[in-house]
Amino acid sequence: MGSALPQVDPLLQERVSRKLREFLPERAVLWQPEDTRPYECDGLTAYRRVPMVVALPETEEQVQRILRTCHGMDVPVVPRGAGTGLSGGALPPGDGVLLSMAKFMRVLRLDPVARIAVVQPGVRNAAISDVVSPFGLYYAPDPSSQIACSIGGNVAENSGGVHCLKYGLTVHNVLRVRGYTIEGEPVDFGSEALDAPGYDLLALAIGSEGLLAVTTEVTVRLLPKPETARVIMASFDDVEKAGEAVAAVIAAGIVPAGLEMMDKPATAAVEQFVHAGYDLEAAAILLCESDGTAEEVEEEIARVKEVLARAGATRLAVSRDDAERLRFWSGRKAAFPAVGRISPDYYCMDGTIPKRRLGEVLNFIGALEKKYGLRCPNVFHAGDGNLHPLILFDANSADELKRTEAFAAEVLEKCVEVGGTITGEHGVGVEKIDQMCVQFTAAELEMFRAVKRVFDAKGLLNPGKAVPTLHRCAEFGRMHVKSGTPPRPELPRF
Amino acid sequence: MSLEDLRERVREAAGRGQALCIRGGGSKDFYGNAPRGEVLDTRGYAGVVSYEPTELVITARCGTSLLEIQDLLEKQNQVLPFEPPHFGAGATLGGCVAAGLSGPRRASAGAVRDAVLGARLVDGRGQLLSFGGQVMKNVAGYDVSRLLAGSLGTLGLIAEVSLKLLPRPAAERTLRFEMTQAKALESLNRWAGQPLPVSASAWCEGRLALRLSGAESALRAAARKLGGKDVAAEEAARFWAGVREHTDPFFAGEAPLWRLSLPSGAGGVALEGAQLLEWGGALRWLRTGADAGQVRAAAARAGGHATLFRARDKSAGAFAPLPPLLARLHRDLKRSFDPAGIFNPGRLYAEF
Repeated sequence: MGSALPQVDPLLQERVSRKLREFLPERAVLWQPEDTRPYECDGLTAYRRVPMVVALPETEEQVQRILRTCHGMDVPVVPRGAGTGLSGGALPPGDGVLLSMAKFMRVLRLDPVARIAVVQPGVRNAAISDVVSPFGLYYAPDPSSQIACSIGGNVAENSGGVHCLKYGLTVHNVLRVRGYTIEGEPVDFGSEALDAPGYDLLALAIGSEGLLAVTTEVTVRLLPKPETARVIMASFDDVEKAGEAVAAVIAAGIVPAGLEMMDKPATAAVEQFVHAGYDLEAAAILLCESDGTAEEVEEEIARVKEVLARAGATRLAVSRDDAERLRFWSGRKAAFPAVGRISPDYYCMDGTIPKRRLGEVLNFIGALEKKYGLRCPNVFHAGDGNLHPLILFDANSADELKRTEAFAAEVLEKCVEVGGTITGEHGVGVEKIDQMCVQFTAAELEMFRAVKRVFDAKGLLNPGKAVPTLHRCAEFGRMHVKSGTPPRPELPRF
Repeated sequence: MSLEDLRERVREAAGRGQALCIRGGGSKDFYGNAPRGEVLDTRGYAGVVSYEPTELVITARCGTSLLEIQDLLEKQNQVLPFEPPHFGAGATLGGCVAAGLSGPRRASAGAVRDAVLGARLVDGRGQLLSFGGQVMKNVAGYDVSRLLAGSLGTLGLIAEVSLKLLPRPAAERTLRFEMTQAKALESLNRWAGQPLPVSASAWCEGRLALRLSGAESALRAAARKLGGKDVAAEEAARFWAGVREHTDPFFAGEAPLWRLSLPSGAGGVALEGAQLLEWGGALRWLRTGADAGQVRAAAARAGGHATLFRARDKSAGAFAPLPPLLARLHRDLKRSFDPAGIFNPGRLYAEF
């Protein structure tokens, strides 16, 4: 982490700005520090860098010309949506152009019969569902930041949400992405049909963190709004028991619309914030949502209740109406800001693990809290194994920051060790780039680099993100041994 | 057969520049352009690596029989969401993923690629590479494992795959309606916009079959709303198997079989020959002797593409030609994974 402010090369800045001004209006090219500073970070504020130039195009043609210009001048380009990303994927280049897609805010086409919407990348995730709501439709992926995050960013990160166990991630709900390569060539990945000829480049583009192309249009698949939804809130006196309850729900042949867990410290933090009436005595709280037709929901809720009771739930409450359902959810959805209120700073992790290893990983995190002297409440997409431990720290203390980083690194590496991944939905960005060296072999990383070269031979699009260089991994390996961070033989391995 | 044997075989072939035809049970030899090269039989590399029903994930080696996997899942009341066609005895998991073909449940539960969570691949240098994993959410690195679904083995030997599973629906029910194609397309799109538990659809010659899957109570309510005639369970199972495996009489005979993948909202496609519609109108099978250019142009006009699925003469190419930039990306990706160009050359596109 850090907030390095590399000196911007004024000559290059002048040259690039002037070139861009040849086809962009004055207000669409920012270079003075007071104008560029608001773009210095995304949702991961621990990393900041003031961009050399910010470009704010409004048309596809302008995007194309910006890319051609930068490609011609060998200047890096970093695309940015709403700037809510949590891995520093939109951290600006100190020697390049930050390409803000914020002005691409139009819904281009809406076909309620075919259940698709064609939208520009700057359209907010929640706005899509708002627009199509009168037709009884919605866009399923619902990341917690959905009121602010844009669909272009969702495509870059392959965003999930609390309902993705049943309804899938961005990759399952997007039919087509139109974009431009770094050379300024337009390209369509996927189509409005359910598949396209040849390789599934749509799957490759989604989650590519803006390294392969700049998205200018997204065709999303819309689903009929479920007739009704209800949520069960269950308390457990033991975190592992709650984990076993999750497995029992799945084993009973139920795929809930949402299945979330909060541990005691997380529950305490959110209860102070939203006053949803959570059980503050519980070691863990499970939220399990059922949606569908009224008949289906009634049947499923009864079955889930039975399973949870058998799994040892100490308290069970079922939402009686939609207001209560939303109240039950309010704390989980507001977990990050709620934690933000009890600590000067927090550091959110995003590892995914096989659900059966949950107890082991939570115990491991508990041991690290003691080791590093830092608190770490947990919220958890329990249904799909995606953990969001939140390390509480004070960024003004250099030492706490260092301990936080080491803590986080150990957690991510534990996720890999138990057969999971360092990032389930927030992306690698700059934040987890070193841990990529742990999760992947040199040959695998080289294949990622080869894929990148196919799309961007000069490596100008969002450089330094998502895929580490060979050099970086070598450096990391050396540091790793030196600082004595994992593998740590002295730590119990539960 | 060990993984090391497979890698050695690949390295050896790459050294000689010898084309390899990666093949499991051979049930999909007909698909794509004609197979070429020395056969590399994957069936010796078989077996389920891990299956944890509560994780909804199975990991198995490429040569594992698809039937065996489905039997194993059935014991735990789980299914492969995409209801894969076997197209003959001996279908393997590797072939299923490489072909990327999904069955009747595709429109409601996703395609093969949607279920792929991770894969281990032997690339053209004989390197073993792992992408993705065994968890539902994983955004570390490019999603190469999904890219392999439907790649027809041209990027490498898919040695092992992890797939997401679903519980078997509590109940199923099939309804039949008499209606024209236009009316069927209109109805299917309208129903798809409502929260109805439709899990498959097939229209042919004035008859529409609709399969509902889910809780018994939900099926009862949906059937009341939809109308139609109930089809007996056994007959229904036979019918959907016939559609999935192409043993339905529609698929008999010698006329070339085209697969048109279109936006479900596209209206009727005016081409000579018989049609069978699936996936709520998004998949249209066509038996026609019409000129390939004409079929492909019609599909493109409707917003989709046409594959020459089964035909004696595939000189027109099995798959719709790609625009220049996409073709370049394909060639370069192929070269990155398989520098010597040994894996299933020409199977997807003649140029690689």
